[in-house]
Amino acid sequence: MNVRSQISMVFHLDKCIGCHTCSIACKNIWTDRKGTDYMWWNNVETKPGTGFPALWEDQDKFKGGWEKHNGKIRLKSTGKGRIIPNIFHNPNMPSMDDYYEPWTYDYQNLFNAPEGPDQPTAKPISMVTGEYIDIESGPNWDDDLGGSPIYAANDPNLEGLTKEQRLQLMSIEQLVFFYFPRICNHCMNPACVASCPSGALYKRGEDGIVLVDQKRCRAWRSCIAACPYKKVYFNWFTGKSEKCILCFPRIETGQAPACFHSCVGRIRYLGVLLYDADRIEEVSNLPQEELIDGQRSMILDPNDSHVIENALKNGIAESTIKSAQESPVYQYVKVWKLALPPHIEYRTLPMLFYVPPMAPVMAQQKAGGLDSISENLFHDIEEARVPMKFLGNLLGGGQEGKVLYALRKEKSVRWYRRAVTVGDVDLETAERMLKEADCTVKEAQAIYELTSLCTFDQRFVIPPAHREEAIEALKDPMEHKQGTGFGFLSGPRRGL
Amino acid sequence: MSSYFDILMFAALPYVAVFTLLLVSIQRYRSQSFTFSSLSTQLLENKRHFWAMVPFHYGILAVFAGHLLAFLMPRAILSWNSAPMRLYLLEVTGLACAVLTLVGLIAMIVRRFTNSKLRVVSTPADVILYALLVFQVVTGIAIAVIHPWGSSWFAASLTPYLRSLFIFNPDISYIVGMPMLIKLHIINAFLVVGFFPFTRLVHILVIPNPYLWRKPQVVRWYGE
Repeated sequence: MNVRSQISMVFHLDKCIGCHTCSIACKNIWTDRKGTDYMWWNNVETKPGTGFPALWEDQDKFKGGWEKHNGKIRLKSTGKGRIIPNIFHNPNMPSMDDYYEPWTYDYQNLFNAPEGPDQPTAKPISMVTGEYIDIESGPNWDDDLGGSPIYAANDPNLEGLTKEQRLQLMSIEQLVFFYFPRICNHCMNPACVASCPSGALYKRGEDGIVLVDQKRCRAWRSCIAACPYKKVYFNWFTGKSEKCILCFPRIETGQAPACFHSCVGRIRYLGVLLYDADRIEEVSNLPQEELIDGQRSMILDPNDSHVIENALKNGIAESTIKSAQESPVYQYVKVWKLALPPHIEYRTLPMLFYVPPMAPVMAQQKAGGLDSISENLFHDIEEARVPMKFLGNLLGGGQEGKVLYALRKEKSVRWYRRAVTVGDVDLETAERMLKEADCTVKEAQAIYELTSLCTFDQRFVIPPAHREEAIEALKDPMEHKQGTGFGFLSGPRRGL
Repeated sequence: MSSYFDILMFAALPYVAVFTLLLVSIQRYRSQSFTFSSLSTQLLENKRHFWAMVPFHYGILAVFAGHLLAFLMPRAILSWNSAPMRLYLLEVTGLACAVLTLVGLIAMIVRRFTNSKLRVVSTPADVILYALLVFQVVTGIAIAVIHPWGSSWFAASLTPYLRSLFIFNPDISYIVGMPMLIKLHIINAFLVVGFFPFTRLVHILVIPNPYLWRKPQVVRWYGE
């Protein structure tokens, strides 16, 4: 057992209101520079929809992630030997057209325009060329466009849905959408890292954050194609790849990342997971339907004395283990099995998990009232407006079972709380539902508390980074004084 | 008889060029490793990119390999060329690769200066480099046409000259009698070498790395 600690994440989709505050917080801190203008390390997508960059989930087009090949897994794009003939031109790299051409507006014209019969306008200007452009797409171009025949109808997750189900998604009074906020998943088996010819991408041992070493990146562009989530971006000005850094300077000082901190709906949870790094290759290679269980089995119980012993042996600090024991992510992912990895069939083993959204499910009701009691109390979940198959494609590795399990539990908790607080449904029925959903009263109470009443400190359980001790162990802290910061003496620029 | 011009160009310039290459590359790598990048523009323009980069890179690699072979194993080249058929084969292959390079290079230049996004990321160094490379490839093709059988005479007279440079005892007697076209090709080659470390060409220096042998995943621990 090779215990490693990772700062992992849960996004509770049932709480996301699609306000994009997370995206703006991130943008203002990290990607407000020339060359990064089109990047959205954090973005919020409307599902069903084509996302950003458009159709990123279509791996026949982008060839991201891993695939099974002769009993092993290999990169779908250009790993190992295949990088040599493809290094001059990456065949799977998206172009700026797949994202959008970043723009601002000619605000000066509002002040400087000569007097005339019309109101002056601020025409859009490309942030790349500085020329006037016609805006053709943007980072959230299909925002709230559920039911759109251009965007929603082309969502790659609709694969396997019947014609009736697709029509139902588009019919005017049945329209449905939910939000899907995305950052880098900081995967256990990252395809971007495995694809980098320079070895510039790496996973941090202590907390599993995946980073691009800016000084080693040589613009071979393999990571852009290899990441199936399209969360590595190419800085067109400096000629370097950049990606979400999970705000590591904030995490190291005990603060939640900016997108987490600013989240209005409080949908985001951050905490330590301990996992067995020896099993990465084995689990990545499992049959598709076993991947979710495989990844869950890699996540170790931080209260198990054997795990603690091995963690200490690997140099994981006691404070980190304690943090793992209090991790909200561990509860959601492993204990309650409510949170699911996005598209685990890409085999990168993402460490960001999503609680599937329940709201559109509950909203589908006949004229008879909100919830009519039937023999099967969960019947409306399977008749939901968002077909289970769609959620299964997105979060269940192509299977509906895991999503259904989570939704049933979510619904039973909601029902139970309704019996306790509103009292218009009887407690006995609610408890029967909990039982059928594989949940206890105690667990339901815990889920309710962490979902609805959670404080800042319960949502973000950040272990101390112990950087100061690591520095002291290596050199005189006073000597380190000059070596802090990002190590750049001048601003990043293009070429010499 | 060697003029001052010949001495300057063929006995001094090579050392200045190589010295600049080594000194600037090392210093740049040590203090400005961030600037080591191929500065790819594939994100900004993805269609013509293929038709420019692929012919150019394969072409120039083949041409460079030809020059290197003639330098490293002149005897083998000469004995290969002893049969006319094999000589023609080698010459035609070399010329074809040079034309491929030129096609790619022209495509690169056209692509770069007809696309408004690419103009934004073009620097004066890029322009100078293109000029040097075009001059080098065009003179190379002209030499192959006007002064044929270069694979033989390179091995016979240029290889000894280059070797004399390597042993720090430059013997320019091989060069002085050569036609101006060939002299210009050689001089420009040294200029490319000297200008190399100031351009994006430094990406060539950072290709060799253990990617093919390393484990797929890279993990770094703090302080390592």
